[in-house]
Amino acid sequence: MTTTSAPAPSAADPALDVEGLCVDLSTASGTVRAVDGVSFSVRRGRTLALLGESGCGKSMTALSVVGLLDPAASVTGGAVRVRGEDILRLSPAERRRLAGPVLSIVFQDALTALNPVQPVGRQIGEPFRIHRGLSRREAREKAIELMTRVGIPEPRQRAKSYPHQFSGGMRQRLLIAMAVALDPDVLIADEPTTALDVTVQAQIMRLLRDLQDERDMAVVLITHDLAVVAQRADDVVVMYAGTVVEQGTVREVFAAPRHPYTRGLLDSVPEDAERGQPLPAVPGSPPELSAVPSGCVFQDRCPLVRERCVRERPSLRATGDGRSAACHFSEELDRD
Amino acid sequence: MTESRTTTETAGPRTGGHPPLLEVRGVTKSFGSGRRRLTALDGVDVRLGRGETLGLVGESGCGKSTLARVLLGLERPDAGTVRYDGVDPFALRGKELLNWRRRVQMVFQDPFASLNARMSAADLIGEPWRTHRDVVPDARAREKRIRELLSLVGLRESDAHRYPNEFSGGQRQRIGIARALALDPDLIVCDEPVSALDLSVQAQVLNVLSELQSRLGVAYVFISHDLSVVRYISDRVTVMYLGKVIEHGETEDVFDRPQHPYTAALMSAAPVLDASRAAHDQEIQLKGEIPSPFDIPSGCRFRTRCRHAEDKCATEAPPLVVRESEGDGDDHTALCHFPLEARPAWA
Repeated sequence: MTTTSAPAPSAADPALDVEGLCVDLSTASGTVRAVDGVSFSVRRGRTLALLGESGCGKSMTALSVVGLLDPAASVTGGAVRVRGEDILRLSPAERRRLAGPVLSIVFQDALTALNPVQPVGRQIGEPFRIHRGLSRREAREKAIELMTRVGIPEPRQRAKSYPHQFSGGMRQRLLIAMAVALDPDVLIADEPTTALDVTVQAQIMRLLRDLQDERDMAVVLITHDLAVVAQRADDVVVMYAGTVVEQGTVREVFAAPRHPYTRGLLDSVPEDAERGQPLPAVPGSPPELSAVPSGCVFQDRCPLVRERCVRERPSLRATGDGRSAACHFSEELDRD
Repeated sequence: MTESRTTTETAGPRTGGHPPLLEVRGVTKSFGSGRRRLTALDGVDVRLGRGETLGLVGESGCGKSTLARVLLGLERPDAGTVRYDGVDPFALRGKELLNWRRRVQMVFQDPFASLNARMSAADLIGEPWRTHRDVVPDARAREKRIRELLSLVGLRESDAHRYPNEFSGGQRQRIGIARALALDPDLIVCDEPVSALDLSVQAQVLNVLSELQSRLGVAYVFISHDLSVVRYISDRVTVMYLGKVIEHGETEDVFDRPQHPYTAALMSAAPVLDASRAAHDQEIQLKGEIPSPFDIPSGCRFRTRCRHAEDKCATEAPPLVVRESEGDGDDHTALCHFPLEARPAWA
């Protein structure tokens, strides 16, 4: 399928394994750490959600994995392994070889992700021309096939249209078509439905799930929406201020969070709240990256905060059943 | 249980009783002309009492924002009436119009775009008084009032002299709310007021809004695409589709017993946290996307995406179905040929 020289992966190996990833960001007022020691892995057929609020580093993590970081940001540590290879050590040309057949990404804003001056059929066919050396005509047929698969009506005519001639939902379908064109091992979806209406969002989520099942892809879903995670993901990595504060299976983490931040997020969803009753809100707001506290990153907003939290940053430690949380006092969350 | 009966009126609230704060009847608004005529609102009714919250739900292009502009007096409807305590704002001129404008204020979606970066929090909050000079006439009273407003929305007095870039998104939205409150309005139109905010901050702002309502008795028209937020904050809910109100009723009625297939699809499409409640296997998938407002389908405008649609839906405008309210709430109304049973299959 591809020209990668790495050994054939076994089914039990993770399709994507991120270990201790660190990303620094140069800003006008100095260098700040945007991603600080993030680790996770995901197997084929599974969906892992990177959950967090804006600025928590979830998108930066995704962009580092696919090698599309802004020039102001640079990876300063860690490893990203696919097919047994640390892709952070590869040359840009070698990484481009993996972009499409191994790793691909679906962005939030399909209008900026698509080329506005090229017909969509040509864009969707491009991976086949670059990676498989197909002719223009063969690539167009492949593109039409894919457009049919993702549910674009009248694909043969629509292949000649430009991105602005499609609705938001249809553009997202086009982007997904392009991302799955070469059957990647890992599909990263960065807030793929945030800009869409609820009913269209449901259609896109269903399409992603069907494609995942059909192609046995590992999916990394980047989102700030707890309900999307609950409904769509198998595992969840909760990020806060550039660090992982909790991780585990969605079922377990959402049923009994072991980090006060996760707990606070879950409680603040108004789904079960009674009208007129105040929502249990997390006080304050996330820290600026330039002012992340030296102890626990969540100390300023935490109901459990103690002297130790100010002094010492809790490391991510196992709390049983493959779960882990970065909190000195996570046991206390179990009590009520 | 409630009775269902069928009439041929328009959808929307239908209760009588005391004169409401806001009553909108049959408002129609279109833009452009000829073939490029876009009907943004088509016979919309809205009714809201003092201190109440009306949730306005619908997908992009349904006319929510045009309706908000009409309520604020920024857009004159082509037909229909808008009345605040029986007064038509579009008939007012000069000083009377200015006085009316005090009564209806707005909180915008994006607190990063809606605040002037060169004005301090105090300037921003006090700016409405530059137009409405007699609200808080002297300088000392203004300073005092700004402090009060800051504390009302949960900011510190020392925040008065800080600039927007020194505030987080949630704090900026609080400034936006304080600014809307500066003229002591009867109604605040909130257009997606929390959707630009981080989740952990959303709850804070929702709490500020509900607390202000119980303290000051201000009414809200709350526009949002987030159904769990609408359910939490609203007394009544109006669902719009392509410029028409297709369902209206008390929040519990609309959420628990939707009559219109579109409302039911919206509810089932929205992802929910509680896995046991997430009946995504029975999720109602809608066909296609919202049609172009330039070319609204004949008969029932939802029929192109509705799985219950029959021939009749293309030829006849749907009737108004009314389930009378059990208490003194609004009747639960919907525009549909084939309204759903009181207990939907997926509930």
